[in-house]
Amino acid sequence: MTATTPAPSAPVAAPEPPVLAAVDVTKHFAVRSAVGARSVVRAVEGATLDLHRGRVVALVGESGSGKTTLARLLAGFYTPTSGEIALEGVPVRQRRGRVERSYHKDVQLIFQDPFGSLNPLHRVRHNLERPLKLHHGVRGKAELDRRVRELLERVALTPAEQYADKFPHELSGGQRQRVVIARALAVEPKVLLGDEPISMLDVSIRLEMLNLLDRLRTEDGLALLYITHDIASARYLCDDVVVMYAGEMVEGGPKEQVIADPQHPYTRLLVESSPDPGRGARDRDALFDADADGLGEPPSLIDPPPGCRFHPRCPFAMDVCRTQAPPRADLGDGRWARCWLHAADRTITQENE
Amino acid sequence: MVTQFVPDTDRPDAGTTSARRADGDVLHVTGLTVEYVTDGDPVRACADVTFTLRRGEILGVAGESGSGKSTLITALTRLQRPPAVTTGGSIVFYPRDGGPAIDLVTATPKALRALRWTSLSIVLQSAMDALNPVMRLGAQFADALRTHDRTLTKDAAWARAAELLATVGISGDRARSYPHELSGGMRQRASIALALACGPELVVMDEPTTAVDVVMQRQILAQVLRLRRTLGFAVVFVTHDLSLLLELADRIAIMYAGRIVELGTARELYDDPRHPYTRGLRDSFPPLHAPLTRLTGIPGTPPDLRRPPSGCPFHPRCPQRFAGCDTDLPELVTKGGHSVACRLHEPTGRPDPVPDPASGPASGPASARTEGGAS
Repeated sequence: MTATTPAPSAPVAAPEPPVLAAVDVTKHFAVRSAVGARSVVRAVEGATLDLHRGRVVALVGESGSGKTTLARLLAGFYTPTSGEIALEGVPVRQRRGRVERSYHKDVQLIFQDPFGSLNPLHRVRHNLERPLKLHHGVRGKAELDRRVRELLERVALTPAEQYADKFPHELSGGQRQRVVIARALAVEPKVLLGDEPISMLDVSIRLEMLNLLDRLRTEDGLALLYITHDIASARYLCDDVVVMYAGEMVEGGPKEQVIADPQHPYTRLLVESSPDPGRGARDRDALFDADADGLGEPPSLIDPPPGCRFHPRCPFAMDVCRTQAPPRADLGDGRWARCWLHAADRTITQENE
Repeated sequence: MVTQFVPDTDRPDAGTTSARRADGDVLHVTGLTVEYVTDGDPVRACADVTFTLRRGEILGVAGESGSGKSTLITALTRLQRPPAVTTGGSIVFYPRDGGPAIDLVTATPKALRALRWTSLSIVLQSAMDALNPVMRLGAQFADALRTHDRTLTKDAAWARAAELLATVGISGDRARSYPHELSGGMRQRASIALALACGPELVVMDEPTTAVDVVMQRQILAQVLRLRRTLGFAVVFVTHDLSLLLELADRIAIMYAGRIVELGTARELYDDPRHPYTRGLRDSFPPLHAPLTRLTGIPGTPPDLRRPPSGCPFHPRCPQRFAGCDTDLPELVTKGGHSVACRLHEPTGRPDPVPDPASGPASGPASARTEGGAS
């Protein structure tokens, strides 16, 4: 059962096979409570995702929805409990030694915290030279110098000479995150996974980072996964949006349709809750609906609700929602939603659970 | 209906005398300057901050990291610790009951203690830091309640704690829970209920919803707005998220490098931002529904306050700077309730008329993104 993310509005790469594909990937973590009771956290359940060359997919959802776990699965830091991750059509199985290294050469992950992801004891130059040496066997000072300068220029840290010999603590947050991106680019990956890459940066420099990511995708044809809780920035950067809730993907499709006309009740809640000053002069009390008390919170992933995981908070919950997980319903134009509201009267693509 | 600034010539005198009774105002902050003492020159994190807070109003304070917004609120609440020192200005608080005005800068610890919680309270970003992890919620409420009302019995205080939790949508039996037994959103709501326990007139909120998700953020703020309607407290709401403030606040102060660079109603700041920094900040938030345009943010980085730029602190990043911006510090000038500290708007400031770029929501940078506009 191959996943479909056709996205007909896409200018590029619709027929091309995905660079990186996750098919029905599930990740469970065994945990032990303070008293020693074992339980299982169902962090990601049946996730299916395609990343195409030159395209950006945004993965949005609240904290605890499994976004980061999925990114780490895709980056090869975790092994899926079930399901398959395929790089250019080849399933990834062995996670050791040379195979692992070659995987990391193609798939790079950028973390949220630019302060924690650079070695503070080494200069920027060292941080950038390591991947060049490890993955490309670049030797010789002149060649390394040239490559480091190129990388810094690609992320607009110019003049490069000035930045190459600085320590991470001498750089601002935005500059550090650029170094992190430059380091990821040093291995010449095909896929870049960004786990909230801008959320710790100051507002005024976030856009520069989004524009940089956009350039990497258009100029270098990288396949990008942009993980965020900020729907507005997802809309700015991405082509397609996938919404996660409590470890499951609930809706996906081209960004404008998903955001302007959400089909899953959770997506609608998320979009309506996001600040949008452009909404115009509306009554503040309408924007902050005082009846919002009863909306509850995301469920525990140790003991998720039966049926649709969103049903305890869903204003449209029906009997079937409480007992049976909704199938994925294709809504045309590359859109799909996992909700019984759409399963009833549309073509149903039954997914195995 | 918009409060005028208190001009410098008309400052309320410092000290506990009610130099000027401001009807309908809770707080007059005048020329507040806070410095961090270092080995070298002191670092001025808040410089000459002046604003008025009206009763029951939500004043948003927006700024990037290092803009001095956290320094401002620790100074407002006198929670600052060395090396931060308030070196100038006054924060005059006018009690609702008509008691004498109090300058929070010079107030004695005893006078401050009488004000805390009953008149002035704070909600911090991390509820886990604000709540005691080894005390049940109810005990923490009872602690605060009984300190300020010595006649309250323990049982009555616990009963009141349950009521207070109910006002923020947490069932009363949760009073017996420890903070770690609550979810992040519930903890933050509990700390808001705790801040409101003694009916304060002024609640300072320091990024209260930054650590929670957008859905929970909206629920929490809906509750704050509802409680404000019934209890009538004023809020100073500090955040870096201008897009949220534009929806939430009555008025917004924009801080940059320790100074208020613009202050006006939310609508004024959105429709007609006068300071180039405010405009840049507004245009740094991509729209959720409006047609997409290519946004550029604000080039450069915020200044290092250890080496502040000369003249206007924003001039190195300003797209509209002109001769003199690097030497002359613009003052905050109020016109029609909308204040701005920019030489573009000083009557004598600019050498030749600079065309004021058309303002309004559609005035973002013009070049449309290729895939944009699919509205």
